Amino acid sequence: MTPAAPAPAGPGDVSVSNSVWPMYKDYLPIHRSFRNRDPATLWLAGGLGALLGVAAITFYQVRGRNRVSYRPPDDAPVRAARRQRGRATVTGRTITIDRPRSEIYAFWRDFGNLARVMENVRDVSVEDGVTRWTIRGPAERDVTILTTVTEEVGDERIEWRSTDASQIEHRGRVILRDAPAGRGTEVTLDLEYLSPGGELGRFVAKALQAEPHLQARRDLKRLKMLLETGEIATNANRRSAA
Amino acid sequence: MRALTWHGRHDVRVDTVPDPEIVNPRDAIIEVTSTAICGSDLHLYDGVIPGMLSGDILGHEFMGRVVDVGPGSTLKKGQRVVVPFTISCGSCFFCKSKLYSACDNTNPAEKQDMTEALYGHSVSSLFGYSHLTGGYPGGQAEYVRVPFSDVGPIVIPDGMEDDDVLFLSDILPTGWQGAENADIKDGDTVAVWGCGPVGLFAVQSALAMGAGRVIAIDEFPNRLALAGKLGAEVIDFKRTNVLEALTEMSGGLGPDAVIDAVGMESHGFAPDTVMDNIKQNVGIGADSAHALREAILCVRKGGTVSIPGVYGGMLDKFPLGALMEKGVQVRSGQTHVQRYLPDLLQRIGDGDLDTQFMISHRLPLEQAPTGYQNFRYNQNDWTKVVLKPGTQVN
Repeated sequence: MTPAAPAPAGPGDVSVSNSVWPMYKDYLPIHRSFRNRDPATLWLAGGLGALLGVAAITFYQVRGRNRVSYRPPDDAPVRAARRQRGRATVTGRTITIDRPRSEIYAFWRDFGNLARVMENVRDVSVEDGVTRWTIRGPAERDVTILTTVTEEVGDERIEWRSTDASQIEHRGRVILRDAPAGRGTEVTLDLEYLSPGGELGRFVAKALQAEPHLQARRDLKRLKMLLETGEIATNANRRSAA
Repeated sequence: MRALTWHGRHDVRVDTVPDPEIVNPRDAIIEVTSTAICGSDLHLYDGVIPGMLSGDILGHEFMGRVVDVGPGSTLKKGQRVVVPFTISCGSCFFCKSKLYSACDNTNPAEKQDMTEALYGHSVSSLFGYSHLTGGYPGGQAEYVRVPFSDVGPIVIPDGMEDDDVLFLSDILPTGWQGAENADIKDGDTVAVWGCGPVGLFAVQSALAMGAGRVIAIDEFPNRLALAGKLGAEVIDFKRTNVLEALTEMSGGLGPDAVIDAVGMESHGFAPDTVMDNIKQNVGIGADSAHALREAILCVRKGGTVSIPGVYGGMLDKFPLGALMEKGVQVRSGQTHVQRYLPDLLQRIGDGDLDTQFMISHRLPLEQAPTGYQNFRYNQNDWTKVVLKPGTQVN
């Protein structure tokens, strides 16, 4: 018997030598013309097409049903909007703290206290009415934000904005309201910052830990923990890891 | 110290890890004398609860001696305490409303992001469980750091054995709250799915709350026998059609209340279980809920569904139609342990509640992995495993 007699070249026989892989010859793809297509493939294509069609029609129906051409502003805070327009980013969060307004106001107004609850704030110092926030930046470099208080109403609100010397242009305010049913105080933190491009943009993102919204949320929760329980919860088993 | 650590699906080991120390003012350090493996630990063992990290110390049912306290703790060194599995601050809105497992302040802020994304709001921390609930090191260890120790732990009077009171940490109050959530009125018929430890305590609690009949559903003869001893009638779901049986046994009405003490790893063979398990195996679904679906079909019109069983994710194929059309109410939640402790301790002391009957095995901590394996794969014989960190392997 002669091993691997040369077989006649099939329609799909392009690159694999029959002398080496004779037994795989039958499995090589067979190219059919469009008209001569395998019926199973046609059924599959038809089925997929029908599914896609139904999905498209459903999407169109859901989207087009009861359309409204004009949406007046609602009562929700701007930061809850699905889309924000403009150069500045507005973010923030509201949290209920079961302490009187005056206590929370006093804690906040003494800005040095905030370094205890703000994860990325390394140091806060006040000099001639200007507060210097040293914030952890990437690669062990710090960012400095300088702010001055622009408006304050005792036990109600504090507003601040960055000075010209600040590395990041920023505006913020905290508003305190009595919570309903004696639940303490609703604390709303609003932050607005300009994210310029380039290195500074990178700094902004990182300085406020990639996402200021997330940072605001975490910092307010730590504030709540500290004021309500006297400590900030940690799952660390050792002081060195806390 | 030695501690049982999680390393992945069906991989738990007893490792040497650093001893805990006082970190926050209200902390206490407990030297564990008894700790149990919970049915919900098996969800971690099976890898169906999201948010676990390799090296996490498991265990949320534990008790022991106080060996160190922070300045804000109300405990004293040497006291014997049972520690609730829920960690609660005692001062937030939820704790003040006695919704301890909804505490706002014990889940570390950076752990709350994932929980908010998945559940809409963050919940209280739990010992030895997922990082969705804080990722606190657990109690299957020689020592545990207990945060907020002035709120949780209950001091045990001398003369009461560990095994009498250990289950105050979780399964007894969980079964009790399961029965309480069933809104039982005198003479009601109550059906309980699952005769594991929580189901058995739910049976006992329902009878204590005035249920006329309790019908317990499981497939394992030993577990059904335990329920029978407590005074329940039993149904073996492998032998009997549960919906038909319950309807017949309740005069055609259906049970007034149903309790799902099974949770997310229901294994009754049914098409929905197969679908749920495929999803669990490929990691796109957390819950297998055949028992809950069945319970909703079985409950009478206007009845109550209580769910002490643990669920973690987004369930589908849910009989919402039955729920709505029959006007059924659903009550659930992680247990607000602290709410029930003084009352339940009193009942154990008075002999009204039996707690030791379900313990099938007592093992040294070093043999915890054996305990997990058997509690998972030999459910008929292993009904409850208690670990004793102080004892040596024979």
